Amino acid sequence: MSASAAAPDPSLPISKTVSERLSKKASRHVKERIIEALLFAAAAFSVFVTLAIVYVLVKESWVFFQTVPLSDFLFDTQWTPLFDDAHYGIMVLLSGTLTSSGVALLVAIPLGTIIAIYLSEFAGFKVREIAKPFLELLGGVPTIVYGYFALTFLTPILQKIYPDLPGFNLLSAGLVMGIMIIPYVASLSEDAMRAVPMSLREGSYAMGATRLQTALWVVTPAATSGIASAYILGISRAVGETMILAVAAGMQPNLTFDPTEPGATITSYIVQVALGDLPHGSIGYQTIFAAGLTLLLMTLAFNLLGYWLRKRFREVY
Amino acid sequence: MLQTADLNAIRAIIARAKRWDLFFSLLGILSLMVGVLTFTVLFLDMAIQGVPRLSYEFFTSFPSRRAENAGILSAWVGTILVMLVTALSAVPLGVAAGVYLEEYAPKNWITDIIEINISNLAGIPSIVYGLLALGLFVYYFGFGQSILSAGLTLALLILPVIIVATRESIRAIPQSIHEGSYACGATTWQTVSDHILPYSSAGILTGVIIGMARAIGETAPIITIGALTFIAFLPNAPFTGDPPAGMFEWIFAPFTVMPIQMFNWTSRPEAAFTINAAAAGFVLVFMTLAMNGLAIYLRYQLRKNIKW
Repeated sequence: MSASAAAPDPSLPISKTVSERLSKKASRHVKERIIEALLFAAAAFSVFVTLAIVYVLVKESWVFFQTVPLSDFLFDTQWTPLFDDAHYGIMVLLSGTLTSSGVALLVAIPLGTIIAIYLSEFAGFKVREIAKPFLELLGGVPTIVYGYFALTFLTPILQKIYPDLPGFNLLSAGLVMGIMIIPYVASLSEDAMRAVPMSLREGSYAMGATRLQTALWVVTPAATSGIASAYILGISRAVGETMILAVAAGMQPNLTFDPTEPGATITSYIVQVALGDLPHGSIGYQTIFAAGLTLLLMTLAFNLLGYWLRKRFREVY
Repeated sequence: MLQTADLNAIRAIIARAKRWDLFFSLLGILSLMVGVLTFTVLFLDMAIQGVPRLSYEFFTSFPSRRAENAGILSAWVGTILVMLVTALSAVPLGVAAGVYLEEYAPKNWITDIIEINISNLAGIPSIVYGLLALGLFVYYFGFGQSILSAGLTLALLILPVIIVATRESIRAIPQSIHEGSYACGATTWQTVSDHILPYSSAGILTGVIIGMARAIGETAPIITIGALTFIAFLPNAPFTGDPPAGMFEWIFAPFTVMPIQMFNWTSRPEAAFTINAAAAGFVLVFMTLAMNGLAIYLRYQLRKNIKW
């Protein structure tokens, strides 16, 4: 027995012992290193994507801000970059973005939160198993389809209620956008609530609290950080949404906070310019990068806020 | 001993609390119904308007100035070709990145940066990817407004989805599988290629399908790179045409995709084009729903069948 185990493998040269074949210089280690380097390159690629986004936006915006002073960009109250009398006041586009996002969040945050609480604390297993995939489907509908729906279905209905409502308006776009965002808010908030340990609920029930009292005073506070990041995600979705607004809100720049008016947002302005045939390198071409940079900074600010909220309110069990 | 009055007061409190509970349950169901109803109305409205328009000719005709002759041939062919480029570039890259982060990455600041960066990328609006592609692919690399530019743009967009799905399905594999493989003397790559990837492939596939379903419906980044909306021809198939096209010449061809065709029709005032838009939208929603449904079904099967 012991003799046969000690006998060298005839297929290998006698000189190569097992420890030599497994040594750091052996080919299998070289191959491992190469594969690891390739996989690392794939992971690091995502960092290059971010850098490329920042580089492209800053480079083109830099040229833009050589012509247009930053103070004009921030404080001018007109946005007419394609006219002879050109004005570049981003406030005009921001007002459209903020108004439509505000309408959307007024729909998405209450409904999303209620759905999350209901699914996590009230609904039975069966309801949850059906509702969650359904919400996912709702989030998977292409936004151009939502835009079509807002323009051809919701706006005519709203016009029956407010006869003065124009065919393109921020209200109908914002409402549909809110419905689109519900799944994101609901599903992330629900995950956060479900992560709250059962013992907290049991403690609350043992004190005689009802489901609603437990949900509102025990589970929700414990899940604050997760719910807050769900809201933040909803906000950045709303701010970055494009097609619903491009289709249903009209694309005229309009400094207004009244949702019943038409208006352009940062995103729909970019679409409008891209649809036309602006020459590469013209000032009109550069405006979309300046607008894009503004959008990126806004979403970045929300992401950082979300990150901070998660850290600040994280409950560790 | 409790007084009857106290008992009654307590009963009243309990009854009130229960009423609130019931009220909130109803509110929850109502809120869910808002989502469900909107979706149903949206789908039915589009089906009622669009389905009568769906015919063999609608799928085999090019867009046209005359609404009744217009079709979606160039759009659906374009969508398939763009998706091909997207899948071929995003899936290997995303899976590789996911595998690295789960199986190889040491705990250090580089890994932290990559992880934070990926979650940040997921939050960047899709139109910003369009601007990146316009500056980088279209002008800097000189790919022009081609299938290649669009496919790569959408690939960047769904990369975070695929990375996250890969990581989650790898994380679902018990540690004992890793340990067993390493105990037999396998290297990290042997463990990954013989065990981790095969066991996580269904989960990764689910993520890939969800990502592709999102990419199919994305309109904004493709408009931003300046894709034409009126394309009444198909790119030459490899080795056809005069002079014969090369194997990969189609990736530099101009194109249109389903959502752009729909946007084009939606933004026209004539009612006949709105009907075309409804029909195109119905096909689009049907495609994304089928893909999402497949992903949900796969995940359900996965959860049911795999018991580690």
